[in-house]
Amino acid sequence: MIGLGAVYVVAGVMFVAFATLSLRARRLGHAAFYALLALSFLGGDRLGDIGNGVLVLGLVAIAGTGLLKRAPTPAVDAPPPRGNALFVAALVIPATAVAGTLAFRLLPSLVDPKQGTLVSLTLGVLVALAIGYAWLRPRAATPFVEGMRLMDTIGWAALLPQMLASLGAVFALAGVGDVVGRLAGEAIPQGSLIGAVLAYALGMTLFTMVMGNAFAAFPVMIAGIGVPLLIHAHHGNPAVVAAVGMLAGFCGTLMTPMAANFNLVPAALLGLGDRYAVIRQQVATALPLLAVNIALLYGFGFR
Amino acid sequence: MLVLAGIVVIVAGFLLRFNPLLVVIVSAAVTGLAAGMPPLAILAAFGKAFNADRYVTVIYLVLPAIGLLERYGLQQRARAIVASMRGASAGRLLIVYLLFRQISAALGLISIAGPAQTVRPLLAPMAIAAAEAQAGTAAEGDERIPALAAATDNVGLLFGEDIFIAVGSILLMKGALAGYGIELMPFQLSVWAIPSAVAAFLIHGARLLWLDRRLGRRKALDR
Repeated sequence: MIGLGAVYVVAGVMFVAFATLSLRARRLGHAAFYALLALSFLGGDRLGDIGNGVLVLGLVAIAGTGLLKRAPTPAVDAPPPRGNALFVAALVIPATAVAGTLAFRLLPSLVDPKQGTLVSLTLGVLVALAIGYAWLRPRAATPFVEGMRLMDTIGWAALLPQMLASLGAVFALAGVGDVVGRLAGEAIPQGSLIGAVLAYALGMTLFTMVMGNAFAAFPVMIAGIGVPLLIHAHHGNPAVVAAVGMLAGFCGTLMTPMAANFNLVPAALLGLGDRYAVIRQQVATALPLLAVNIALLYGFGFR
Repeated sequence: MLVLAGIVVIVAGFLLRFNPLLVVIVSAAVTGLAAGMPPLAILAAFGKAFNADRYVTVIYLVLPAIGLLERYGLQQRARAIVASMRGASAGRLLIVYLLFRQISAALGLISIAGPAQTVRPLLAPMAIAAAEAQAGTAAEGDERIPALAAATDNVGLLFGEDIFIAVGSILLMKGALAGYGIELMPFQLSVWAIPSAVAAFLIHGARLLWLDRRLGRRKALDR
C-alpha cells in the first residue's frame, strides 16, 4: 500500500539533491543540514529513538551556530519567459491533489486513505515536474537548483513546526499540561462563568502563541479548565466548548512567530524584509475574531 | 511547578533572539530534567516524536516544481493576467481567494494551496499587479500587499479546515474528550466551526474592501 513511506522517499531524494548541490557550491553548513534531513526522511525509521534524537541535535547545532545564514546563491540569467501554459503546469499540482484525494478514497487497498492528500500532492508534484522537463527542456538539475534557492531563503524556519510538535511530546511526558491547567483553575474566581470562559479562551490563545500550535494548547486547556469547569461545573455543551476553544487557539496562531509555517515561512518565501510582516497584517483580523469566538462560546455554550 | 521552566525558556529565548531551534531543544531538556527524566530518555522521546512528525515538513517537496515554473516566468504571467483584467482590484481578488480557500479547506482540501504552492507564485504577484493598477504607482518596496496575500491564505485555511470532519484538529478534540468519557461525533464539532468561519470571512473581507478604498484614495490624491 502506498502511504507516507513513499512520500518520505520523494522528500528524501529531494534533500539528497539539495545536499549535493550545496556541497558542490561549497556551502558546507547547508550541505550538512540537507544531508541530515535526507537521512531523516530516508532512514529515520531505522535510526532508533536515540539515533533520531542525535540527528536532531546535529540539525540544531548547524542552525544554532548560524551556518545557515549565508546569503542564497544568486540566480543565473533566466531563460526567455513562456506563456500562459505555465499556469496549466502549476495548477496540475492542486488539481492532482484534489482528484487523487477523491479517487484514492475509492481505492483503499492501493493508497492509505488517511494519507490520500499527501500522496496525491506528491504525485501532482511529480507530474508537474515531468511536464516541466518534457516541455521546457531545462537542465536536469535546474528544478533542484531553483527549489534549493527557495529552501535556502526559508532556512531553519522550515523545521520549527516539526521541532515544536516534538517538544509537545516531551511536555506531555513531563506533565506540563496538568500543572498549567491546575494553575489556571486556581486563578479563576469561584463560580464565575465569564471568568472561566475568558480564562479558557485566552488561555488557548496565549498557549498557542507560545507553542506555535493550537494542537499543543488544546489538551492542556481542556484538561485544566474546559472539562472540570466549563463542562462539569457550568454544564457547558462539550461540542461548543471544544470547537470554539480550538478556534480561539487558531486566533493565536495568526499572531505568533512560533507558528513559523504560517507566519515566518511565507514572509521568507515572499522575500519580505520584515520577518513579522505577515503577522502584522493578521493581528487586525485575529483580535476581533477572538472576541467573536469568546462571544459564541459564552452565548451558545451554556444553554 | 518546576516543569513550567520550559515555557519560560521558550518565551525568554525568543525575546533574547536566540535561534528558535536551539530554544526548543533547550526547553525540552529543561522540562524533561525538571520532571526527573534521565537525559537519554529525553533525547529518545524527542527523537521518537521528531521521526513520527516528519509529515509536518514534507510540504517543501513542492519547491522544485514551483521553482522551475517560476524560472520560466510564472510570476510574470500571473502579474500580466491581472493587468489585462479590467476592474480587477487587490481587495476583490483577495476576497475571492479567501472564499476559495475557506470552501476548499472545508471540503478537506488543505494542501492544494499554501505559501509555496499558490501565494508566492500566483496570489502575491497578482495582488501586487492589481494594487499598482489601482494606486497608479509602482508599489516597489511596499510589503503590505504581499504580506496581506499570505495573511489571507492563513485566515482562509484556519477558519475553513475545522468544518471538515476528518481534519486533524477535529480528530484531536474527539480523542481528547473521549478520554473524559464524553463521546461526540465529528459532525457535532465541525458544525460549530461554521459561525466562526462566517465571522472570519466578514471581518477579513471588510478589511480587504477597506484596502481597495485606501488604494483608490491614493490614486485620487495623485491626480
